[in-house]
Amino acid sequence: MTRENSILETFPLAIRDWVCAFFPENLHWLVSGLLVIIAILTVFGLGFAFITVAERKFLGRFQNRPGPNRVGPFGLLQPFADAVKALTKEDIIPAAADRILHFLAPCIIVAGTLMCFAVIPYGRHLVPADLDAGLLYFFAAGAMTELAVFMAGWSSQNKYSLIAAMRALAQLISYELPLLLATIPVVMVAGSLRLQTIVETQSAAAGLKAGFLPNWHLFSPWGISAFLIFFISAIAESNRSPFDLPEGESEIIAGHLTEYSGFKYALFFMGEYFGLIAFSGICATLFLGGWQAPYAALEIIPGYIWFGLKVAALIFTFIWIRATFLRLRIDQLMRFSWKFLVPLALINIGAATFWHLTTDWQGAWWHVLRWFIALTLMIAPYSAIGRRLFSGLGTRTYEYAPE
Amino acid sequence: MLPSAEIILIAIALLMLGSATLAMSLRNLIHSALLLVLNWFAIAFFYLWADAEFLAFAQIIVYVGAVSMIVLFAVLLTRRQAADNTQKLRTASRTLSGLLAAAATFILIVWAIFKNNITAANPADKLPPTVDVKEIGQALAGPQIPALLIVGVILTATLIGAAIIASPIEKTED
Repeated sequence: MTRENSILETFPLAIRDWVCAFFPENLHWLVSGLLVIIAILTVFGLGFAFITVAERKFLGRFQNRPGPNRVGPFGLLQPFADAVKALTKEDIIPAAADRILHFLAPCIIVAGTLMCFAVIPYGRHLVPADLDAGLLYFFAAGAMTELAVFMAGWSSQNKYSLIAAMRALAQLISYELPLLLATIPVVMVAGSLRLQTIVETQSAAAGLKAGFLPNWHLFSPWGISAFLIFFISAIAESNRSPFDLPEGESEIIAGHLTEYSGFKYALFFMGEYFGLIAFSGICATLFLGGWQAPYAALEIIPGYIWFGLKVAALIFTFIWIRATFLRLRIDQLMRFSWKFLVPLALINIGAATFWHLTTDWQGAWWHVLRWFIALTLMIAPYSAIGRRLFSGLGTRTYEYAPE
Repeated sequence: MLPSAEIILIAIALLMLGSATLAMSLRNLIHSALLLVLNWFAIAFFYLWADAEFLAFAQIIVYVGAVSMIVLFAVLLTRRQAADNTQKLRTASRTLSGLLAAAATFILIVWAIFKNNITAANPADKLPPTVDVKEIGQALAGPQIPALLIVGVILTATLIGAAIIASPIEKTED
């Protein structure tokens, strides 16, 4: 029994075939589609619930306090208490608000981010929709959510919501550009937009990078830069700290969400966390090898477990960054994206081209030279642009509270 | 069990035409803009129906993701007050000329379709060509490279123009 067909890898397919056997042949497409939808909603719905409590616990530990610990053991049943609270709150709609758009905006956000889950490869045989242009579909489904942010802000008939929606929209479209540019080197090296192909180009069977690192795109010079740019842009695209100016409480109350209460507010946050999980999934697929194990010897553990571990590690990093960094102002945000990330992403494409064209440089010294040239192509512009952007500011001084 | 291809096409066409009609006839400008976005979605579904995956997703990313933002920003930043409207909207001459223009376009399109004798074509030719994403890429980098270069030049000119328009006017010290 080869790795591809081992019982752990294929048991989800066996379950699906067993359920489909109850239905006539021409309904199999419908039944398997519904099974996939139920599986995704269950897994990622529970994932969303436990990410909220994990975030509060981790933020608490980072801030030297316990976090929620009343509801259930170690506070783990907190999301169910939050769900009851959100469901029983009064749903307030302003009298002058545009009722249809006010209702549609949270639905479109959740729909858009849920549609993104259809192309992510969760395991060796577990892709809900194996599209040839899978990566493009992912970004197309994410484009809908930006429209919904605007609809939320405008339909509230509140000038502060409108201003905040405009700022949120500006942030979202500014960071969409580095996001897409950072994925271009991956597509170039893999030669395809299909996500399973991109995962398979990072397989352990093709040898290890530099002799001991897993064969992931993260461990190539252009991959480090592309991963960081993608990661930062994903934080901005899901409106998380330090890019949460659109919904920061001390900035503009709750931005485009000001006039939402109860379940619709919960739906907005569900959309945001689903987007976070989707971006972590795509980041793991593009740069961390997807469902591949790091080393060939570890492939006994099935693909979806590895995928889950990588997504969990990325989400923990998102929470860690939220606990650590200060919020950026809107002009700092925009400057960071347009003047820093976009040029770096473009230069990174050049570095990746150099790397891709020199794959036939064999031998230890040639390999070192290749790494050196590619790293220089990345680090030199980074320090030059960084120096240029921070040229007018003085040195940073810190003051600590007295003991 | 799946509805036939013709029924799906009729449904997509109804969505497209219905949203366009509503977009043109509603008074609220933001509602019209959002219905136009629905029209662009319907066009993307049409591309998916015709097996053009890449084009459908590119349509969504470009139109729904970007052009819709432009339209909404433009609508919101140039708000018309009700007092700006000095002409009556629904007059008899406007309705008549609208109907004439629509009829002329319809006759032209129908004549062009039937002139090419599509219904009498060889059944073997009815299979749609399947274009891979890879073939699109190779065509864009090979025989169709002038199109890519011209678009690149236009984009650069647009960005430079936008930066110049948006930059603040600096007073030079004499």
